[in-house]
Amino acid sequence: MNPLKAIWAALFDSLRDLLPIIVVIAFFQLAVLQQPIPNFSEITVGILFVVIGLTLFVQGLNMGLFPIGETMAYSFASKGNLFWLLCFAFALGFGTTIAEPALIAVAEEAALVAATGGMIANNEQSMESYAQGLRYTVAVSVGIAIVIGVFRIIKGWPIQYLIVIGYIGVVIMTVFAPAEIIGIAYDSGGVTTSTITVPLVTALGVGLASSIKGRNPMVDGFGLIAFASLTPMIFVMGYGMLV
Amino acid sequence: MMHLFVDLVYVIIDTVWDVLPIVTIIFGFQFLILRKPIPNLKRIITGFVLVLLGLGFFLEGLQAALFPLGRLMAYQLTDPSFIAGSDNVAALRWWNYYWVYLFAFAIGFATTIAEPSLLAVAIKANQVSAGAIGTWGLRIAVAIGVAIGIALGVFRIITGTPLYWYIISGYVFVLVQTLFAPRMIIALAYDSGGVTTSTVTVPLVAALGLGLAGTVPGRNPLLDGFGLIAFASLFPIMSVLGYAQLSEWKNRRNTQSVTKEISRE
Repeated sequence: MNPLKAIWAALFDSLRDLLPIIVVIAFFQLAVLQQPIPNFSEITVGILFVVIGLTLFVQGLNMGLFPIGETMAYSFASKGNLFWLLCFAFALGFGTTIAEPALIAVAEEAALVAATGGMIANNEQSMESYAQGLRYTVAVSVGIAIVIGVFRIIKGWPIQYLIVIGYIGVVIMTVFAPAEIIGIAYDSGGVTTSTITVPLVTALGVGLASSIKGRNPMVDGFGLIAFASLTPMIFVMGYGMLV
Repeated sequence: MMHLFVDLVYVIIDTVWDVLPIVTIIFGFQFLILRKPIPNLKRIITGFVLVLLGLGFFLEGLQAALFPLGRLMAYQLTDPSFIAGSDNVAALRWWNYYWVYLFAFAIGFATTIAEPSLLAVAIKANQVSAGAIGTWGLRIAVAIGVAIGIALGVFRIITGTPLYWYIISGYVFVLVQTLFAPRMIIALAYDSGGVTTSTVTVPLVAALGLGLAGTVPGRNPLLDGFGLIAFASLFPIMSVLGYAQLSEWKNRRNTQSVTKEISRE
């Protein structure tokens, strides 16, 4: 296929991915709320940006993020140094989460809830330190999650055993945690995994499972993200109980 | 119009800033611990640059075009005067909110299809399974899960029932499904819960939750506005496990009917 054709095909794919949102928003705006679309030209340029962005992202994924994740997984596996692999796993989980914008937003929201509920003093300083503490808590819990997940891939444990333990942990913590924190804790599991973390961590897991003898990349390679969305729930409820 | 391009530059700078810790960790470990040359280093760096530019365009486009309209829509649809029409606001019952349920379902489905991290996982799963798991099959299964999850989450906010009832029953359901699901799908299904809620879904869904909790009588936005993301992370696990069970069951039925025909001959 000639390169120009390939670019058109890639742009067309991205446009197709975006089509459902455009249809939903247009339908509700025009048919349900019965209002005109404001700033039509600006919205068109914005949609064009999204299409270009998605296309570049997918290209970069296959050229950069997937190969580096897999290359590092192979090097760690061939080097056979478990300690450094687990350090890397922790650093990757912690480092990608601490700077995550969605987490920063949720932490600030949580501090507001805590201050309103009288759990902490209602002033800027204590709210800021509460939000900061929460961010570090979540980042540490994601680091630990990736460490556990990598260890599971190496050992080849079935993922459901660990998930059951995690679920039981969430249920136990729910019983003891203050009611105000539960909604935020449950949500924090979903917001931790960003668009750059997911491909890297997935490539790491799949790369490890394919380079270790006796592991199946499909059965053992996935599952790192699952742990990264489960541990923050437990840790945030723990944070709510302690602070 | 010009300000879109100026904003684009800022968004790209922000993205670079967000990615810096990751790049530091990767190259730090690569050069200090692994001490091995990276094959195709130039190509990988080009890939990183493309990812950064791509995310920059993507986020700026969303912020310029879809988020303001989507957020405004979430608030307008949850406005009691829109829902009640000429009726009394206090007399509203949970079934009067049908447009909100439909919007929750539709926006949950649509944002998930556009979610780049889900696309990444689908591409990887397709490669690893040698094409057995289709990228579209997985994405649609996940999107249906998110759609049902968010619609149910909206129902919870409107009725004011405790969040943990739903989540804990969801857990029990997932565990029962795990017992019967094909082994190769389990880890991927658990992962699909975490990847769905990201760049596109979270801002729109959060606006819907806070809008509803702010307008439904008797709800507190700080306490009841949360929880939609939790629904959106739990239900895709069920829908992906269900999708795998369904395709396995279909395969088995086909092979059974084929073997029956052969034995009849």
